[in-house]
Amino acid sequence: MKQRLARVWDASAGRHLLLALLGLVVVVLVVESVSDFRNVQLAALAYLGIAAGGLTVLTGLNGQISLGHGALMAIGAYTAALMLQDGEPPIPLLGIVLVSMLVALAVGTLVGVAAARLHGPYLAGATLALAVAVPGIALRFGETLGGEAGLRVRLPDIPEWVLDAAYFVTGSELTRSSYVAYLAWLVLLVTYVLLANLSRSRVGRRWRAVRDDEVAAELAGIGLGRARVSAFMVSAAAAGAAGAVMAFAVRLAAPSGFTLTLSLTLLAAVVLGGLGSLTGALVGAALLTFLPDVVTDAGRSAGLGDIRAAELAPLVYGLVMVAVVLLAPAGLVGTVRSAAARRRARSSRSGGGTTPDRRTTHTDAAPTGAVPTSKGDVR
Amino acid sequence: MQQLLNTALGGLTLGMVYAAFALALVLIWRSTRIVNFAQAPMAMLTTFVALTVIDAGYSYWIGFVVALLAGLALGAVIERFVVRHVEGGPEINAVILTLGLFIVLHALASVVFGNRYRSFPAPFGIRGIEVGETTIGLTGFGIFTVVAVLVVMGLLVALFRFTDVGLRMRASAFNPEVARLLGVKVGRMLTLGWALAALVGSLAALLIAGGSLVHPGYMDSIVVYGFVAAVLGGLDSPLGAVVGGLLLGLSLSFVSGYLGSELVALAALGILMAVLLLRPGGLFAQAQERRV
Repeated sequence: MKQRLARVWDASAGRHLLLALLGLVVVVLVVESVSDFRNVQLAALAYLGIAAGGLTVLTGLNGQISLGHGALMAIGAYTAALMLQDGEPPIPLLGIVLVSMLVALAVGTLVGVAAARLHGPYLAGATLALAVAVPGIALRFGETLGGEAGLRVRLPDIPEWVLDAAYFVTGSELTRSSYVAYLAWLVLLVTYVLLANLSRSRVGRRWRAVRDDEVAAELAGIGLGRARVSAFMVSAAAAGAAGAVMAFAVRLAAPSGFTLTLSLTLLAAVVLGGLGSLTGALVGAALLTFLPDVVTDAGRSAGLGDIRAAELAPLVYGLVMVAVVLLAPAGLVGTVRSAAARRRARSSRSGGGTTPDRRTTHTDAAPTGAVPTSKGDVR
Repeated sequence: MQQLLNTALGGLTLGMVYAAFALALVLIWRSTRIVNFAQAPMAMLTTFVALTVIDAGYSYWIGFVVALLAGLALGAVIERFVVRHVEGGPEINAVILTLGLFIVLHALASVVFGNRYRSFPAPFGIRGIEVGETTIGLTGFGIFTVVAVLVVMGLLVALFRFTDVGLRMRASAFNPEVARLLGVKVGRMLTLGWALAALVGSLAALLIAGGSLVHPGYMDSIVVYGFVAAVLGGLDSPLGAVVGGLLLGLSLSFVSGYLGSELVALAALGILMAVLLLRPGGLFAQAQERRV
């Protein structure tokens, strides 16, 4: 039994599935033991985590930057909201997540194809333009998209079998907010398993090859444009799913929810957690969810007004982002991992043990952000 | 006919501002291969400095000069103490750093100056000038805008073409290694380049702000337009940036006048995508040599 488990663990897909199952158990335990308010926060953590997961794959594995993930989330959220106008959606909620994902994927493909064939700051600029442009669409088509006030989302009733199953597993009634939290975390776990498997596959290796050395990758027969566009498409799809989940959790899709600040703070979360690491993305998303309350309270007790105190949270993200780039480009998770790897290497040297530790191969998922660049390259 | 003329005049005036902002981006791109997305909040911050000076009872012009000097200082400080550490390193780190600075400066302005809209004075009339019976869409402040941008551009051209410092700056941007061997203090030239770019950015911000409302996010869309204008001109050419800015100003003005102002940012995105797909090297791109 132990051997079989070890074999499953060694295959990376098996490891990801096992971790996801473990995650599911943790999610059930946490959601059942906290208050409704915390469940709303957990759902928020999940949708930020999904979007950050997509972004970290793009930035960490492929070395591209998107400032438009907030806008792609908006596209997902509006798609979901349009389907949930009367509280009786034509398809189940998970189907709505899928449709939102596809719509965001389509828009992401358009932008990605235009920008990703070039190297350098073009994708960042084009996605920045996307982030600034998308709120205008909601204002322009005010009759269908609700204008400044946005679209309200009416969730359908929880299906009977879900209520029964939840009662069977947990022994307590399923509330609205814990239902949404379960849904959000289910989407998160599925997304993360897919992203983790993808980044360990041939596709992920190609993305990393393009990130690390364009010339070498091209000589090895990898199409640079194709690898970049595909990375952006996967990333955009994750943002779309995140947007749909956000629509479920917030019950509103409005332009004010998808400012440029959202896109930038997502990037901050990814940088903070460590580029390319899904764990890091989740840690970063957790900080985005829980830090603002703490910091705003601190600001208020320091004598700032409410509105000004609310701006302290972005100030902290920004400062941390700058500090991370200057001091620890591998981010939180990456730095911890490399420190652990160093310690293991030291202890195995002193102990004389020669067993190579499989775990150290993990570090390739958390790059130090070292993307070689050459000035005057073809851009 | 009159609307056409007025839209075109408004577009050209705005285009001058976009051109200035694009020029600021191009100056930094040429010397350090970084697109300084933080240019927008840097410029915004100096406008708030000007507003503070003006509110304290000094004249508009003192505020104007103080803001430009603040821009100069801010650019130099940011290059020397923050950006210097990522220059020549991985490209992605530089982009992330400028975005981090974007968030920091933005939040700092909100905390210090507040997050509400405030009106910014204009030194000249912001009503259309009357020619005979009709009012044309060119304001006194518009004329000042055009003149100010032209003067600054002229000064920059003079600096780069005819002075020793300008030659050193061009050398450092063209080939830092060789320039350093020839005794140019490359680091100092880069700092100066950032400072000048920030000054031009501040000027653009002051011109946008004049006679209208300012708040911490008011330059965010301008950095997009500046970037689009710079890409339109090829990102590497100052002249291209100016032409790109004028073209973009005209096109966006027509979009705003005839289709609706909500669509301006979308039109900018469309133009950017079209340029990237059709002429990625910009409008004036020559057939490029390709390094494998």
